Amino acid sequence: MDDKEIEEKLRAIIKPYLPEEGLLDGISRETHMLNDLKINSAHLVDIILDAEDAFEIHISDDDAERMMTVQDAIDVIQSHLNA
Amino acid sequence: MKRRVVITGMGVVSSIGNDLSTFEKNLRNGTSGIRHFPELEQLQFGCQIGSRPEIPAELIDLYFTPLQQKQLQADGVLYGALASAMAWRDAQLAVGETADWDSGCILGAGLAGADVIRDSVYHIDAGNTRRLGSTTVPQTMSSAISAFVGGYLGLGNRVSTNASACSTGTEAMILAAEHIAAGKAERMLAGGCDSGSPYVWAGFDAMRVTTRKHNTTPTLGSRPMSATASGFVPGGGGAALVLESLESAMQRGARIYAEIRGGFINSGGQRGGGTMTAPNPEGIKRCIQGALNDAEITARDLQLISGHLTATIFDAREVELWRTVLSQDSSFFPYLNALKGLTGHCLSASGALEGVATALQVYAQFVHGSVNCEDLHPEISAIIDPENIPVQSLDVPIEFAASSSFGFGDVNSVVILQRFEHG
Repeated sequence: MDDKEIEEKLRAIIKPYLPEEGLLDGISRETHMLNDLKINSAHLVDIILDAEDAFEIHISDDDAERMMTVQDAIDVIQSHLNA
Repeated sequence: MKRRVVITGMGVVSSIGNDLSTFEKNLRNGTSGIRHFPELEQLQFGCQIGSRPEIPAELIDLYFTPLQQKQLQADGVLYGALASAMAWRDAQLAVGETADWDSGCILGAGLAGADVIRDSVYHIDAGNTRRLGSTTVPQTMSSAISAFVGGYLGLGNRVSTNASACSTGTEAMILAAEHIAAGKAERMLAGGCDSGSPYVWAGFDAMRVTTRKHNTTPTLGSRPMSATASGFVPGGGGAALVLESLESAMQRGARIYAEIRGGFINSGGQRGGGTMTAPNPEGIKRCIQGALNDAEITARDLQLISGHLTATIFDAREVELWRTVLSQDSSFFPYLNALKGLTGHCLSASGALEGVATALQVYAQFVHGSVNCEDLHPEISAIIDPENIPVQSLDVPIEFAASSSFGFGDVNSVVILQRFEHG
């Protein structure tokens, strides 16, 4: 799976957690999920779980802590898919 | 001086309707929502029939975003939240960007998040606690329903969940009405919800208080006041009522279904014949009399009683207690009916469902028929005229109606509604 496909899947996962609808359009690889997307920090754990289900991978706590920007998340997911 | 309190909005989520007009139609026609559940048969329950709302996804989408729906996976919480959202809209109240300090809620629950608790246990026991995510606590805490609705509507007044088993919904209405009457809020959502889950119903099955005789005849299973009643039919659902000060309701020109004239909540103390599961008769008598006193009416003012009447051996005792308080002679008794013949016993939602049913009857001036009691229990027909328990619905004037709930823990509640004359 290339980065672009991962990003598409990730956007679909993140979408319901966005407090405002328009925010999804502005997402780039550098977008910070907490600071830029204003996602409730309590929901970050749910996004991780949804990503685990969508990509059929296991994301450790250490990995989860590294997933701050969209690119970080793609890198972590990519590393598991290639493992 | 107590302020007057009226009902200006209602919502129901039940096996006989997820909107007021369907609910009223099924009340009038005596259409049962009770059915057989193959899952109960697979689980080898003694009672394999029950009552559970069927909610189309479009209805849920109409009120809740995908993110909100993630917090409504617990079916009991969903029923209560949907009923609350519909009641608020029915009252034509808006949802603001800032907290509404004059509006609150008392929404009761039994075990609304039973299925989410069950799923969590599997994850926890497998060492996968992290899989619980962020939505488990908000759905399994006792106050799940009031916490969700408080945020959904931006309620800034008292936001709390009450719990008193089968008395919960009626108790919520009285607690909320008293809060408004005391001048501490202008509007309060009041109601109750419970899960329609085998994991709630199982305990009652084990107690053998549910019927085992109607697995192939579900709609005949719930038989309040019948000589052949053989236990209750378990159910789940939710109902909510917007209670409002008369001043606030008049100011905004709200439609008024009924006035809440008074109510009383007590306990028999599990003494004098009362136990965890059986009522102290003196407690019930005091509760009925207390409600009449609070409403400042006499027994003869009542035209309708919505009984607790679950289809167990206590039905006859309950009727006898009403009779003792209301009249010393057999010449007077109001109409008496039982919603549970149609919906089964929806536990912590039952009082709220009956509250909505009673308010609809007061508003539209009818008495819904009680199904499955054509063979009235002889101990009931011996003390009141069977004409007072119509099998078919009747269009009759109703000025005052009482709705009553009696629950495990020997807890009682009776609320009294009065027809409201507009203009």
